[in-house]
Amino acid sequence: MIVVFLAMFMGLGVAPACAQATIAFQVRGDTIPEPLVARAADASNGARLMADRHRSLCVLCHAGPFSEPHMQGNIAPNLKGLGSRLSAAQIRLRVANIKAINPDSLMPAYLAIADGIDIAEAWRGKTILDPGEVEDIVAYLATLKE
Amino acid sequence: MRSAGLGAALLCVLIGTARAAEIPAAQRQSGSAFMSEATRAMQADDTSNPGMLSVLEGSALWNAPAGKAAKSCASCHGEATASMRGVAASYPAYDERTASPIDLAGRINACRQEHQGLEPFRRESAELLALTAFVGNQSRGLPILPPNDPRLAPHLALGKEIFDRRRGQLDLSCASCHNDNWSGRLGGSPITQAHPTGYPLYRLEWQALGSLQRRVRNCMVGVRAKPFEYGAQELIAVEIYLNQRAAGMNLETPAVRP
Ligand code: HEC
Ligand code: HEC
Repeated sequence: MIVVFLAMFMGLGVAPACAQATIAFQVRGDTIPEPLVARAADASNGARLMADRHRSLCVLCHAGPFSEPHMQGNIAPNLKGLGSRLSAAQIRLRVANIKAINPDSLMPAYLAIADGIDIAEAWRGKTILDPGEVEDIVAYLATLKE
Repeated sequence: MRSAGLGAALLCVLIGTARAAEIPAAQRQSGSAFMSEATRAMQADDTSNPGMLSVLEGSALWNAPAGKAAKSCASCHGEATASMRGVAASYPAYDERTASPIDLAGRINACRQEHQGLEPFRRESAELLALTAFVGNQSRGLPILPPNDPRLAPHLALGKEIFDRRRGQLDLSCASCHNDNWSGRLGGSPITQAHPTGYPLYRLEWQALGSLQRRVRNCMVGVRAKPFEYGAQELIAVEIYLNQRAAGMNLETPAVRP
């Protein structure tokens, strides 16, 4: 099965000059096989993002071998050894849009534009992370081997 | 086109609420059960509970003559220990004059306007919180007893719908955390069951007393949703639902929370 997801980025100002970038990624089975950006991924930036409680929010739900353990949540699977369990392509789909696998998931879809109700003005029409950030996180998580 | 769109919307609603299972009565626990020993001790001892300062302030306001007629709350209601015992346990209630539900803070402001001829206090002002904490404190230890008023039923239903519905950029519902994951931790914090047992309460993170509406608005901002305005019917509906959900649990006002 191949599904194409289109995510539209609309700048904050919505000025006519402001380009609407469109990212498309292909889902194959439970993976996104291709990297989301052309540049090389930066695993150290991914490690930094993982630990960022305000931007990526990952540690609010997940524990793992990053940031201070007592500040990590425990309502999602522990990500320790993730790189031994899942391929980079599998991790990519889970971070980009886990709801393609489990529509009921608690985890937000990081590269889909939320279309639910009452989205705060500042976040409307935006994805939670951008493709480069997701790619960096994927590169970092793939290094977590048991 | 139209019906396809509606179908998709309905599907989303169904998916959004699919997991939410209500907490069995025997498993209900107040937020205080999730706190550290130190924070529990702080709440239990009136000389260390910072919320008691506001209760004292509220007691002074209760007895202070105000407005043209120089009437105090006590001029009409007498000793709060008698007249206000159990009152907070049955709010929000149905307000005949506005033909809509009213919460305790709204009721206090209505008295201020109608019987004292004064401007209402601002929501979350120190004065309104203090009076609400003082009245709430008269019900400390009593079980929450939602009014049995069929006119509240549609508002109760609205409150439940808001609680169960996913919202905001993070696409989470109140139920996602407080029904499905209450025993877990979000970051370093216990999630808890969201029972409104202690309000207004002193939150160490706020370094201040705050209302239930403030807490609920915080959770809405947390999921990156636009919060309902203070005093909005939707927020009062959420309060009604939370009280129903916690019926029979004891009030702790003023509670302390981390
Ligand atoms: C609100 C909670 C929440 C947040 C925030 C969250 N996740 Fe998740 N995540 C989950 C849950 C729950 C699962 C379990 C799978 C499911 O729900 O289908 C999961 C599953 C995963 C998986 C698959 C794990 C496995 O063992 O199969 C990965 C990888 C993952 N998350 C990475 C991330 C990353 C990276 C971030 C931040 C950029 C993140 N998550 C943020 C809740 C969350
Ligand atoms: C992503 C998780 C999450 C979501 C979604 C969420 N909350 Fe909360 N909520 C929390 C956490 C964490 C606390 C803090 C518990 C504490 O320290 O008192 C909390 C506290 C509360 C409390 C205070 C409980 C007490 O003991 O004083 C109430 C009431 C509450 N939430 C209601 C709601 C409502 C209503 C919604 C939906 C509009 C909601 N929450 C959505 C995580 C969440």
